[in-house]
Amino acid sequence: MSEVEMYKRTPLEQDLFIRRSKETMRGQVMMFSLMIFMTLVSFTFVVAHLQGVEGFTKYLVIPLLFLFAAVQVALQLFYFMHMKEKGHGVPQMFMFTGAVFAFLIPLTFVTIVWW
Amino acid sequence: MSSVAQKRGFGAALWDWMTTVDHKKIGILYLIGGGFFFVVGGIEAMIIRLQLLKPNNDLVSAGLFNDLITMHGTTMIFLAAMPILFGFMNYIMPLQIGARDVAFPFINSLGFWMFFFGGVFLNVSWLVGQVPDAGWTSYASLSLASTGHGIDFYAIGLQIAGGGSLMAGINFLVTIINMRAPGMTYMRMPLFTWTTFVASAMILFAFPPLTVGLFFLTFDRMFGGNFFNHTMGGNTIIWEHIFWIFGHPEVYILILPAFGIFSEIFSIFSRKRLFGYPAMVFATVLIGFLGFMVWAHHMFTVGLGPTANAIFAVATMAIAVPTGVKIFNWLLTIWGGSIVLTTPMLYALGFIPSFVMGGVTGVMQGAAPLDYQLHDSYFIVAHFHYVIVGGVVLAILAGVHLYWPKMFGTMLSETLGKITFVFFFVGFHCTFLIQHWLGFWGMPRRVWTYMDGQGWNTANMISSIGALLMAIGVIVLVVNIIMTTVKNVRVGNDPWGDGRTLEWAIPSPPPFYNFTQTPLVRGLDTVWIEKQEGNKTGLTFAEPVQDIHMPNGSIIPFFMTFGLFIAGFGAMFHQETSWGLPLLIFGLAWTFVSMAVRSLQDDLGFHVTKQELQRDIDNANKGGQN
Ligand code: HEM
Ligand SMILES: [Cu+2]
Repeated sequence: MSEVEMYKRTPLEQDLFIRRSKETMRGQVMMFSLMIFMTLVSFTFVVAHLQGVEGFTKYLVIPLLFLFAAVQVALQLFYFMHMKEKGHGVPQMFMFTGAVFAFLIPLTFVTIVWW
Repeated sequence: MSSVAQKRGFGAALWDWMTTVDHKKIGILYLIGGGFFFVVGGIEAMIIRLQLLKPNNDLVSAGLFNDLITMHGTTMIFLAAMPILFGFMNYIMPLQIGARDVAFPFINSLGFWMFFFGGVFLNVSWLVGQVPDAGWTSYASLSLASTGHGIDFYAIGLQIAGGGSLMAGINFLVTIINMRAPGMTYMRMPLFTWTTFVASAMILFAFPPLTVGLFFLTFDRMFGGNFFNHTMGGNTIIWEHIFWIFGHPEVYILILPAFGIFSEIFSIFSRKRLFGYPAMVFATVLIGFLGFMVWAHHMFTVGLGPTANAIFAVATMAIAVPTGVKIFNWLLTIWGGSIVLTTPMLYALGFIPSFVMGGVTGVMQGAAPLDYQLHDSYFIVAHFHYVIVGGVVLAILAGVHLYWPKMFGTMLSETLGKITFVFFFVGFHCTFLIQHWLGFWGMPRRVWTYMDGQGWNTANMISSIGALLMAIGVIVLVVNIIMTTVKNVRVGNDPWGDGRTLEWAIPSPPPFYNFTQTPLVRGLDTVWIEKQEGNKTGLTFAEPVQDIHMPNGSIIPFFMTFGLFIAGFGAMFHQETSWGLPLLIFGLAWTFVSMAVRSLQDDLGFHVTKQELQRDIDNANKGGQN
């Protein structure tokens, strides 16, 4: 705890480390491009709807936008905020609990409670 | 640096307490602060009961009566019960998991000062003579109509204190998740730690709604908002929803740590492992979760309609199931145990029937059709006092007796402790049992006085006498504390002789770094296991003696909170005075500057060296001063 310990990796460990980092980097870049792509698609949908392209009604576009948004949030959490890595079980549990409450309570409001 | 008491001036001692980030000292500060407000709330209660002693009484005016009941409820829940429980959590939980402090000692101190200044802010209302008077629930149609600054004190004071609670909750969560000693798996955590964990998680989810609600109220009253003003398109019912989405979890935030304290007591003084430990843990978590699904049972009579009422009635009754699981596990823990009737155990035994009665009336109120009869009557008052006094306050008193030797190194007198118990317990039932019938006989809650000839006179008289008995009990406790402190007979590590968890294997009071070495945990009730196997110290260490890194104290939390305190007055007076707005800005700026100072300064803490630790260990082995 008190003294800083220097630890030298063995060549094998160094190798593995480099390979892991490369893989992670590749994953990050891929996900990043995917997210940009999805953003472009979303904008295209909206433009198509505004231009009155046949078939792009708001009943198609709005749910699709929500779907894409959900996917983006998940990607953001798991890839860029490291939730897919080990040791994130407890934060996940708390976030999901929060999400459940944040969903259930407004749902109660709009279904049975409001007047 | 060492915690060995040197002869110091009063100023130095005061400075030490104001800057402390030690979880044990902050725990004691919480207990002192909470204890102070407990007395304040108690005095308010006595005046209420004196006013209701006989019909047509005019001891206090109707307006003052509203002030009294509002401040009594608010003080007892937010400034007495919660902080005192935080005190125990702060002091005991890190010891139970083998940690040297909480995860964020600085934030811990900040949380305490926010509670303290929030509480002071709220009570300054008495000095100004404009006191909150819309009940502790502060329903919007009343609170927006209330004149003067009373409700402003409520909104801002609770905002500050509530921020402190949120910080404390998050701090406990992080501590329990990250700082358990090696071997302390989740399923080996003592039950008090578990209940602290679940209560903190509930704080995390329940306090943000309160914060939002209080901000709405603040805007409506002080900044021209209209969230609850129906004439401007607002909705006065939203406040009730927001308040109870916070409020019902809040009552479980109070009772869960109380359950934790009693679980420790039952297994220590029955000399048995807690019966059904996994079921207890599961029940605790389930209660925590379901606690968020029942808020509308406080609003059955608002007119939500039969569907909503039915669903919330069923959800409410569901909570009684895990609660029942707990009761049976406690009974089976005592069953066949070799029971020692100490003061804490007496409280625990008294708690079971008292709390069950509160639970049963809760389920009765949970039945929506019946609640139409019971709502806003004295029956409700009886219910929540049975759960809060019969549960939370009994746990607090039991905890004071149980942990006093650990915290101060002296044992409270058992004789006086038992006298306190008898007075308090008898007084409690005398005060509140009869109120069930007062409710049946039609006496509404929150009334200033009542007419003669309705058959309520004797019952009210009995109730007031009971309150007096409780007060006598508390006074005996205070006498006990003073006598014990003056006599100052020191005790060893495990004064009760049957300690099962880590806190009972270290000196009383523990050194400021808690553990010379981080302990290794080998099972549930690890100290008990070690002792059974002949290890007299009760501890196996997971590491050799090493330097320990500890945080430095800091006065900044005090200043940060002081800024908010000032800003509160600015917000309150900004509409009618010219200095209000500058004061508000000045206070907030003060806080932000304090925060900046904290962020920019490099405070790396200090080390307790191996040599110092070794010296302490040798001293302890010699049986020297500890
Ligand atoms: C078996 C568990 C419980 C059930 C089913 C239950 C049910 C209820 C219901 C239905 C009400 C609303 C009655 C009305 O206003 O008409 C109520 C009020 C209340 N309960 Fe409970 N309760 C339970 C446990 C607790 C606990 C453990 C506490 C606190 C430690 C508590 C504290 C309160 C308070 C403070 C109120 C009154 C709030 C107010 O209007 O000022 N309850 N309870
Ligand atoms: Cu409730």
